[in-house]
Amino acid sequence: MSGSSPQDYRWLSGLSFLVLLSLWYLASLIFQSHSLPSPIKVADVFWQSCVTGELPYHLGVTLLRLIVSFVIAMLLGCGIGIALGQNQTLNAFFDNWLVIFLNIPALVTIILCYVWLGLEESAAIIAVVINKLPNVIVSIREGSRSLNQELLEMAQSYRLSKNKTFVHIIWPQLHPFVMAATRSGLALIWKIILVVELLGRSNGMGYQLHLFFQLFDVASLLAYTIAFVAVIQLIEVLLLKPLDRRALVWKR
Amino acid sequence: MNTLSLTIKEKSFNNSHTQVPAIADFNLTITRNQFVCLVGPSGCGKTTLLNIIAGLDADFSGTINLTATGQKPHIGYVFQNPRLLPWRTVRENIELVFPQLPPHELIDSLLAAMQLTDQAQAYPEHLSLGMQRRVAIIRAFAINPDILLMDEPFVSLDPPTARQIRNALLALWQQRPHTVLFVSHDLREAITLADRLIFLSASPMQAIADVAVKLTAEQRQDDNAIENFRRELFIHHPTIHSLL
Repeated sequence: MSGSSPQDYRWLSGLSFLVLLSLWYLASLIFQSHSLPSPIKVADVFWQSCVTGELPYHLGVTLLRLIVSFVIAMLLGCGIGIALGQNQTLNAFFDNWLVIFLNIPALVTIILCYVWLGLEESAAIIAVVINKLPNVIVSIREGSRSLNQELLEMAQSYRLSKNKTFVHIIWPQLHPFVMAATRSGLALIWKIILVVELLGRSNGMGYQLHLFFQLFDVASLLAYTIAFVAVIQLIEVLLLKPLDRRALVWKR
Repeated sequence: MNTLSLTIKEKSFNNSHTQVPAIADFNLTITRNQFVCLVGPSGCGKTTLLNIIAGLDADFSGTINLTATGQKPHIGYVFQNPRLLPWRTVRENIELVFPQLPPHELIDSLLAAMQLTDQAQAYPEHLSLGMQRRVAIIRAFAINPDILLMDEPFVSLDPPTARQIRNALLALWQQRPHTVLFVSHDLREAITLADRLIFLSASPMQAIADVAVKLTAEQRQDDNAIENFRRELFIHHPTIHSLL
């Protein structure tokens, strides 16, 4: 989050990465075990499963589920969060619901969704959304509560339209809260979505990982994990950071 | 021709179960292009009055008539704090209050009048308070308002900066006359700017004196002329002494 690190530390982060790789390699040499493959072996497996198209397929399926459930959760969460932050009666009524939903273990919602809706794609998506939604609502509600009343009064006295007020006065103030919800939300969804797939889908990363577990195929497991981490990093670097930077040019 | 006529029978605030009267039986009529200054002790309800006129506070009994040149009245409001959007540049802040994008030249000329041409693309947080205040004044002037409300816009500025902006405001107003309702607790400032002074009592707020200021533009720049006017004011209206 700290933005661009000073040039001097660039080589250090590269070095630390190399050290981690060599430690892994050393450990695999020492233990010589099937359950701790060397980085070279993992890279080979990674390449093979890319060539066969297996890894891209399952990763793509998971990504698609992630995008759909993320978008639904964010849209619903922003709407509900803004409403709760602005309306005290509504908030007093729904606060208990929020606390309950925040505390239901993810596994329980997933199982309930599959039991009630069947082993369907929609059940998987709904399970992820229900897990993510309370978090989005809570952080957007915080943002909606802390809206600057002075600026809203300014908008009102200049007779700005509702649309204009939302886009130019409310949304920029919510932006940091939306970004926080996006970041924590992505991290949460990544973890939940695998469990959802493991329990009730026949494709996707979660399903594959379950398969590798049954086969004790640690090399494939690690190869998939690396692909996974790489995609998250790409989203962070290519999407979230530029969005942050663009939105904050005005900061002193 | 009247721009504003208002009657406030009662305006009170709820202060933990008791009703505290803020304004009672207050009448005000302002003619077109008059520069009216409301002078009174702090906390007497001046800001409340402006908020009522601006439509920010509808919880009062009484009537307001605001004559509009267009379909509905345009109100320019310069708050005590500049209330600029920190995520928009100076120019974007001014453009925001227009229903349609205004001509470039209009904003350019106003920026020039307030000596802010070089700051057009700057963000408010990179500007000094004095500059931000000037942007807020431009924003209020730019929409060509039927009435311009100004709530102590020069408070907490150092005297030279305040003076400079005051002169710029006066020049702007002489160039483009508008109906102005200006709130102040600084009598010298009020005399410098206004052509009509209304003195207000502490709450519940009531008008206790209504004085015309007939000074030329040159006299308004002259500290002695202002001081003389002030002295005479106290002789003719001894009651205002207790307010200031």
